[in-house]
Amino acid sequence: MHFDSVPSSWYLILSALLFVLGVVGFLIKRSLITVFMSIELMLNAVNLSFVTFAHEWHAVQGQIFVFFVMMVAAAEAAVGLAIIIAIFRSRQTLNVDQIDLMKL
Amino acid sequence: MHLILFLIFAGFCLAGAVNLLLQTHPINSALSLIVVMSSLAVLYLLLGAEFLAIAQIIVYAGAVMVLFTFVVMLLNVGEEERTHGSKIAKTIGFPAIFVFFAVITTVILEAQRRLGGVKLSDGITTTQELSKVLFTDMLLPFELTSVLVLIAILGAVALARKEGHS
Repeated sequence: MHFDSVPSSWYLILSALLFVLGVVGFLIKRSLITVFMSIELMLNAVNLSFVTFAHEWHAVQGQIFVFFVMMVAAAEAAVGLAIIIAIFRSRQTLNVDQIDLMKL
Repeated sequence: MHLILFLIFAGFCLAGAVNLLLQTHPINSALSLIVVMSSLAVLYLLLGAEFLAIAQIIVYAGAVMVLFTFVVMLLNVGEEERTHGSKIAKTIGFPAIFVFFAVITTVILEAQRRLGGVKLSDGITTTQELSKVLFTDMLLPFELTSVLVLIAILGAVALARKEGHS
């Protein structure tokens, strides 16, 4: 392996690691807002593998997909944070253990 | 050179993500998420995606994270309490995510010979090339994102409005 080149698989493994960390954060975090941040982390991990594959096959379409994911994530962040504010207003807490209205 | 840059910023990325999980105060998590986003922007640049690197900085590290920090400060959220979490997460969640990671890594390492490498001298995808495809083949989805963002703005305003009058 040369010093000035990195295998594409390293980027993909980094992406998988970030995704796994995002899921773990989703499972262990108790604050609604950090759970939301973990979702952003997962979206970013997927974006990284999209960009890696776009580079691998010299295709622009992968990068355009990342652009769309970014747009959807921005819209989702706006709506999600508005929901968080509404929940905080009615419950005075952001702890997911106490916001279990939809729990089975 | 590329290897060094990759190792540094991949390390930043992972350290930021782990720090996000370890911190108990949401504002510390938000700040470490900004580190993750910014180092991902550098990795995009190494992969030759110049437009996405800038968009990552502007959209994620700029707009989205400012929104997050604003909400954390606005609501004055304190430290989160550590509880045990749900049983389902422990019994199904962690084994499932471990299996997922193992499968993904084996597949990637298996395909490593067919995958190439990334060099600093590789050509970068210019914004011009990207916009050419975006405004010809992908014009309809691109216009639909504007509708999506508009609906998101209206929804956010409607949700966060104070219900006082009715």
